[in-house]
Amino acid sequence: MSCNGDHATPSEIFLLGQAPRGFRGHIEAIVVTDNASGLAVDELERRLIELGFTEGAHIEILHEGAIGRDPIAVRVNNATVALRRREAMAIRVV
Amino acid sequence: MTAVVAGTGIRRFALIGTPNSGKTALFNALTGSRQKVANYPGVTVERKTGALTTSSGRSVNIVDLPGTYSLRARSPDEEVTRDVVLGRFKAEEAPDLLLCVADATNLRLSLRLILELKRVGRPLLLVLNMIDIAKRRGVEIDTDLLSRELGVPVVTAAAVRRGGTEDLLSRLDALASLEGLQPSSDPNWHAPTTGDLRAGQREADRIIKLAVKYPAKPDTLTTRLDAVLLHPVFGLIFLLVLLFVMFQAVFTWAQPLMDLIEAGFDGLGGLVQAYVPDGLLQSFLKDGVISGVGSVLVFLPQILILFLFILLLEDLGYMARAAFLMDRIMGGAGLHGRAFIPLLSSFACAIPGIMATRVIDNPRDRLTTILVAPLMTCSARIPVYTLIIAAFIPNKPVLGFFGLQGLVMFGLYAAGIISALAVSAIAKFVFWRDDPTPPFMLELPDYKLPRPRSVVMGLYMRAKMFLTRAGTTIFSMMVLIWFLASFPRPPAGATDPAIDYSLASIIGHAIEPLLAPIGFNWQIAVALIPGMAAREVAVAALGTVYSIEGGKEAAEQIGQALANKWTLATALAMLAWYVFAPQCASTLAVIKRETASWKWMWVTFFYMLALAYLAAFATYHVAVAFGAG
Repeated sequence: MSCNGDHATPSEIFLLGQAPRGFRGHIEAIVVTDNASGLAVDELERRLIELGFTEGAHIEILHEGAIGRDPIAVRVNNATVALRRREAMAIRVV
Repeated sequence: MTAVVAGTGIRRFALIGTPNSGKTALFNALTGSRQKVANYPGVTVERKTGALTTSSGRSVNIVDLPGTYSLRARSPDEEVTRDVVLGRFKAEEAPDLLLCVADATNLRLSLRLILELKRVGRPLLLVLNMIDIAKRRGVEIDTDLLSRELGVPVVTAAAVRRGGTEDLLSRLDALASLEGLQPSSDPNWHAPTTGDLRAGQREADRIIKLAVKYPAKPDTLTTRLDAVLLHPVFGLIFLLVLLFVMFQAVFTWAQPLMDLIEAGFDGLGGLVQAYVPDGLLQSFLKDGVISGVGSVLVFLPQILILFLFILLLEDLGYMARAAFLMDRIMGGAGLHGRAFIPLLSSFACAIPGIMATRVIDNPRDRLTTILVAPLMTCSARIPVYTLIIAAFIPNKPVLGFFGLQGLVMFGLYAAGIISALAVSAIAKFVFWRDDPTPPFMLELPDYKLPRPRSVVMGLYMRAKMFLTRAGTTIFSMMVLIWFLASFPRPPAGATDPAIDYSLASIIGHAIEPLLAPIGFNWQIAVALIPGMAAREVAVAALGTVYSIEGGKEAAEQIGQALANKWTLATALAMLAWYVFAPQCASTLAVIKRETASWKWMWVTFFYMLALAYLAAFATYHVAVAFGAG
């Protein structure tokens, strides 16, 4: 598990899952704590990385769903990925 | 490369790549119509292979492996990819060459995959697909540098362009002729940890920074389209309108072709009547073979139009968007957003739909989707619906431009969808109330214009499957029905129609009491039995039963026969029955195979049967109460 998040002060750090549409930034760290999805913490982290969510990647929230502003469509560097806000909580962005 | 003349063995190349890398388009471009679809032994994953003869006359066998982001294997499909690549399949050796296909406009994930594939130690070739789109968008790729940094040979291709695979073909020719296609290094692949994945991605990003220049702006067309198509309100409206147009098209566009096919079979029946002497042979050919098979074949145009829409939407890249839009809505019913694609395919046929549930990696989500997939109105119900609607529902305009018949049809589709959502919500509540909801994560690929040849090929495969079915299952069922309806022959001097003395009549009358409460007569009872083999057979069976019953001077048109013999209430009950009826032996067999359990097959069968009976019962009695009996 990455600990990169420790370098930044907490006030600068956002969780992607809470960010509004139009948010732009880059990934500070992937920190999976919650396993509400029923996946092992490690497994969720691997899946996020496989879809390109790695430290330093550029992020922009392009679209959000009609119900509960969920799921979100996120631009990650040069690709677009859809995911739910719940899983996006594991992605710390600045 | 040394021009060594190699042994005579056929080379085996495997296509591997991330989802949306255009791997299947490339496969189609390389192998054309020389494709075979089978199953891997022991699993129900489709094994797509094709043949290719290179310019110097070498035979190459190409296998199209299921798309994956890693060899880690999270689903049965991905396990197949891993096992083939690692040579773990007993039935086949590891491929001689791995063709790793990457979308040139979106290299990040593909490059990480190829770095992982290097550890497998098999000969590798990176194919930068969609290079034409990348160039048009101003993406500059230094392929030599890319190849050097990766340590893997690189070739560019544009699968959807004519001549777009020339470089690749000549490279494949050279590789196929090469004696020394040996594993380059010792295999040291192991399932990557989060650390491995991170390191791989970091290395991939480093190489991209060196070798690839992206334009400042992303694809503007996709951005502009998504502004509308993924809009929380307009996007959903568009999706609904799209579905509505799709079903209206199935009914209006297909009509001229259907009339043509119908006329053809009528003409054939007329020829038989004119040239074959009266008697058993004439009855067999005319009532059994021609009217039976003809009444099913006539629906080929509708099925093809439906598949045309599904193939186009898939190739355009819209399907993933639909999953995004539907995720929360389906989530409310306990379904995964990804279930949208299998369920939409189930409108064509539940069998590919159920097989497509493999993209859902959570076993329970997958099971729920499998359970409700047969409720989506598959194309085999179209014959039944169309026949009854045409015979009983007047085609008067509603609100000026919708036909009443089309609206009833839309209602039947809606009934299927709503019941599927309801059943899955109940299943979720009853079976796995406390389970966590698994994640929804999906790449949204850029929109791409579909390649006509690829679409035509997909349609051709579907048509072939349908015609094979019509030629085998449906045909043999028709012969059986004709036999049951014709034997034993009526005694000499009999006054009633011949069918009243037949086995069909005996069987039908035996079951009739069970079906009488839902308004079905004995002829329907007879038709429902072979209808177990496939829904559309019921139409053909009704045709045979009524045509034998009526004798040769009776109405040629089965629709007219029904309009004369059924009440409106019976017709409506029959429609309601078919929304739910589990009448498709192949679907049940696929459910058994995919869930690897008899239990879920029987659960599906009985819950659908119960729903069908209840729905038909309620419809019949309500209709009778309104005076339609």
